[in-house]
Amino acid sequence: MLLRHTPKEIKDRKALTINPAKTCQPIGAMYAALGIHGCLPHSHGSQGCCSYHRSTLTRHYKEPVMAGTSSFTEGASVFGGQSNLLQSFSNLFAIYDPDIVAVHTTCLSETIGDDVSQITQKAIDEGKIPAGKHVIYASTPSYVGSHVTGFSNMCASIAKYFPEKQDYELDQVNILPGWVEPSDMREIKRLMSEMHVPFVMFPDTSGVLDAPQTGFHQFYPKGGASVPDLKRSGASSFTFALGKFSSEAAGEELRKKCDVPYEVMEVPIGINATDRFLMKVSEVTGCPVPESINDERGRVVDIITDMQQYLHGKKVALFGDPDILIPLTEFLLAMDMKPVHIVSGTPGKYFMERMKEIMGDDFETGNVKNGPRADMFLLHQWIRNEPVDLIIGNTYGKYIARDENIPFVRMGFPILDRIGHSYFPVVGYAGAMRILDKMLGAIMDQMDREAPEEKFELVM
Amino acid sequence: MGSAILKDRENQIFIKEQSQGEITCEKSSLAGSVSQRACVFCGSRVVLYPVADALHIVHGPIGCASFTWDIRGSLSSGPELHRLSFSTDLREMDVIQGGEKKLERAISELGELHKPSAVFVYATCIAGIIGDDIAAVCRRTAEKLGVPVLPVHSEGFKGTKKDGYKAACDALAKIVGTGDISGIPEVSINILGEFNLAGEAWMIEDYYRRMGVEVVSVLTGDGRIGKISRAHGASLNVVQCSGSLTYLAEHMKEKYGIPYIRVSYFGIEDQSRALYDVADFFSFNPGLRTKAEEIVREEISVIMPRIQYYREKLAGKKAAVYVGGAFKAFSLIKALRLIDMSVVIAGSQTGNKNDYKQLEELCDPGTVILDDSNPLELSRFVLEKKADLFIGGVKERPIAYKLGIGFCDHNHERKIALAGYEGMINFYKEVYSSVMSPVWKFAPRNNRRKSHE
Repeated sequence: MLLRHTPKEIKDRKALTINPAKTCQPIGAMYAALGIHGCLPHSHGSQGCCSYHRSTLTRHYKEPVMAGTSSFTEGASVFGGQSNLLQSFSNLFAIYDPDIVAVHTTCLSETIGDDVSQITQKAIDEGKIPAGKHVIYASTPSYVGSHVTGFSNMCASIAKYFPEKQDYELDQVNILPGWVEPSDMREIKRLMSEMHVPFVMFPDTSGVLDAPQTGFHQFYPKGGASVPDLKRSGASSFTFALGKFSSEAAGEELRKKCDVPYEVMEVPIGINATDRFLMKVSEVTGCPVPESINDERGRVVDIITDMQQYLHGKKVALFGDPDILIPLTEFLLAMDMKPVHIVSGTPGKYFMERMKEIMGDDFETGNVKNGPRADMFLLHQWIRNEPVDLIIGNTYGKYIARDENIPFVRMGFPILDRIGHSYFPVVGYAGAMRILDKMLGAIMDQMDREAPEEKFELVM
Repeated sequence: MGSAILKDRENQIFIKEQSQGEITCEKSSLAGSVSQRACVFCGSRVVLYPVADALHIVHGPIGCASFTWDIRGSLSSGPELHRLSFSTDLREMDVIQGGEKKLERAISELGELHKPSAVFVYATCIAGIIGDDIAAVCRRTAEKLGVPVLPVHSEGFKGTKKDGYKAACDALAKIVGTGDISGIPEVSINILGEFNLAGEAWMIEDYYRRMGVEVVSVLTGDGRIGKISRAHGASLNVVQCSGSLTYLAEHMKEKYGIPYIRVSYFGIEDQSRALYDVADFFSFNPGLRTKAEEIVREEISVIMPRIQYYREKLAGKKAAVYVGGAFKAFSLIKALRLIDMSVVIAGSQTGNKNDYKQLEELCDPGTVILDDSNPLELSRFVLEKKADLFIGGVKERPIAYKLGIGFCDHNHERKIALAGYEGMINFYKEVYSSVMSPVWKFAPRNNRRKSHE
């Protein structure tokens, strides 16, 4: 038992985090920046940060992940990182020739007080940024928020920098997809095309972190939101900010800068959230939801109907990022399942408020926690006290799943041991079908494996 | 993207019999490089990580702990405490007010939850910058818990991965010498710099045991505090890997008069020498040498016919080798030669002048030798030199695949044992399966001949 060291008895911890259900801001900023075409993320801090983020993203996507680092030394940490960053700009543009460098800070550069905006201005004044090239930056100290906050901050920086305010309005909407996978972004784009809705989406990591094998290593893969599109987003008629934690800040920046009205919606996971999203898109754009999409919805409902006896009353433990957990919980409830233990390391009061709304009475009887010490150790203790039928979360759930022999569906970040997330969405009705397929597969595989011989059934 | 070589990096690239002078190395990476290197903390973490009955608590914001949570397959035959992730998860208020109290509390909470044999407390960048007196907290909590609580001074910015190795060795040095060494025979060794990835330490320990040599401790593969505390009772330290544990070996030589030898367990030649050198050290017991010869003969006779098979398939293929320490590159070059593969690119993240000199001697003319390289350079030379195989770590794998060539992980993520005699076959098998994979038929390499014709 890998986690044999987890005691059943829960003691209050004040200072110690064990097996975190989050990570730090910079990796989120790096992921967001990769969703811009021709953008090279740059980590202003020690080399290790950049190396860890690249390694983790590489393990998650099985793709090359490129990013620069200011390579802080002891000197830089005493005298400030200005010269490192200035030198970085020169080198990055000279050798890697990006269209955009997206700088994010780290705990180190934040604490020593580096002012990235001032350093960038200096670089521009000194001619270190070639004409037509861009530098954007986000403040992402590791000791604030979580990886989700870092993603949100970089999205906000993109929204602050590129969009141009116009006195005319374009017949298009903006979609901020939130921290979802390339497959999800691809699916949202497909839904929009199906509805004939003109749109700009950013960030967009499809075509970047699911690049095809061609025999070339493309330093800047062909995907990602383009600069002209980003500029045009300032003239869009509306912004859909999906996921309060990851997209609200960017939506607000677009409104402030370009007067584009926005609405924060949930990431369209499950039937209700997808319904709300598509209805709103239809309402704003006047484009009707076509029959083809209605049929997709019908197929989801059909699956749930067919398989209700296997779904009813199943207890679920889930963990991960708030923007995913909120609609996922709603979806589980809609399928008559019982989410009983929910953990997110990402802080923010809204999470508990919204969970309370969605869960109703189940909120009081269940265990829900986010922020400090909302970690996998606590989740495991909860599960040991009240066992569940299914666990949903990132790869780190596999320890608990194995020790407690509980079916496990991988969803979230990071997934270090399976491949599907890059290619098959969890958003939209197609995503709902995939979630159903995976959940039922996991639950029924276990039934098959463990049923006594006489109860082992061919038809289920 | 032009010639893809930064001017300031020109001297860190050396082409045998074409370049003049000598390679520049052991310098900090250029700011703005997409370096494949990591930090001091990373170095300490990988060295100490396999100590399975200790608690490893990372004092800093959450990232440093979460990114190093169980990423290295160092196997344990007993406790699994090392596979958990412990952090003080420093927040903004802690950064302003100092994190000492939180650290002290966290260590106490840990002591209540688990009964560790020792606690390693890793300092991260931020702990160093806000000036927490980690050593003092460790002293106080050690008294309370009644076990060693050891600070690891691994602030990320204080150098390279190598400095992290040293910080880890400093912590280990405080454990060595605290145990009872009665009953340890004279023919005894410590195995240093072996991390038991995929169970490699167990294989190597077994060879030495069969020779009649007692292994007092392995540092740090399948490590236990109790065993490490007795390490000073051994007569010889056998050190693998160029960088990581040499500091401890030096320390033990100075303090306890224990000599050390450097070995590699990778490749038939080097593995056999690792056994012979130990036998020769204990030359007063000639039986050891005889035993070693027996083992070598026996093991080689088993694997030779299989090696022949792979040689026939792979002869003439070209490899690029880019690894952490240069010492590993030497072994890899020799191992590839044994099946008539050549190495056209050889590089490391942290080699020193001597390493690169040796590397140059070992390589064929025209081989590109690289220090602290980056993806663009690597891609460029792989294409230019028409490599069929890349040997590297996690960040190199997808680049190799995108270029349409085979890959072998010789770093943390190896899933099969590559050390020892059995490991040799595993290695060739892995190289074979990747280089000769039918998948390349579907993705013809850029401007390249087809490998299957």
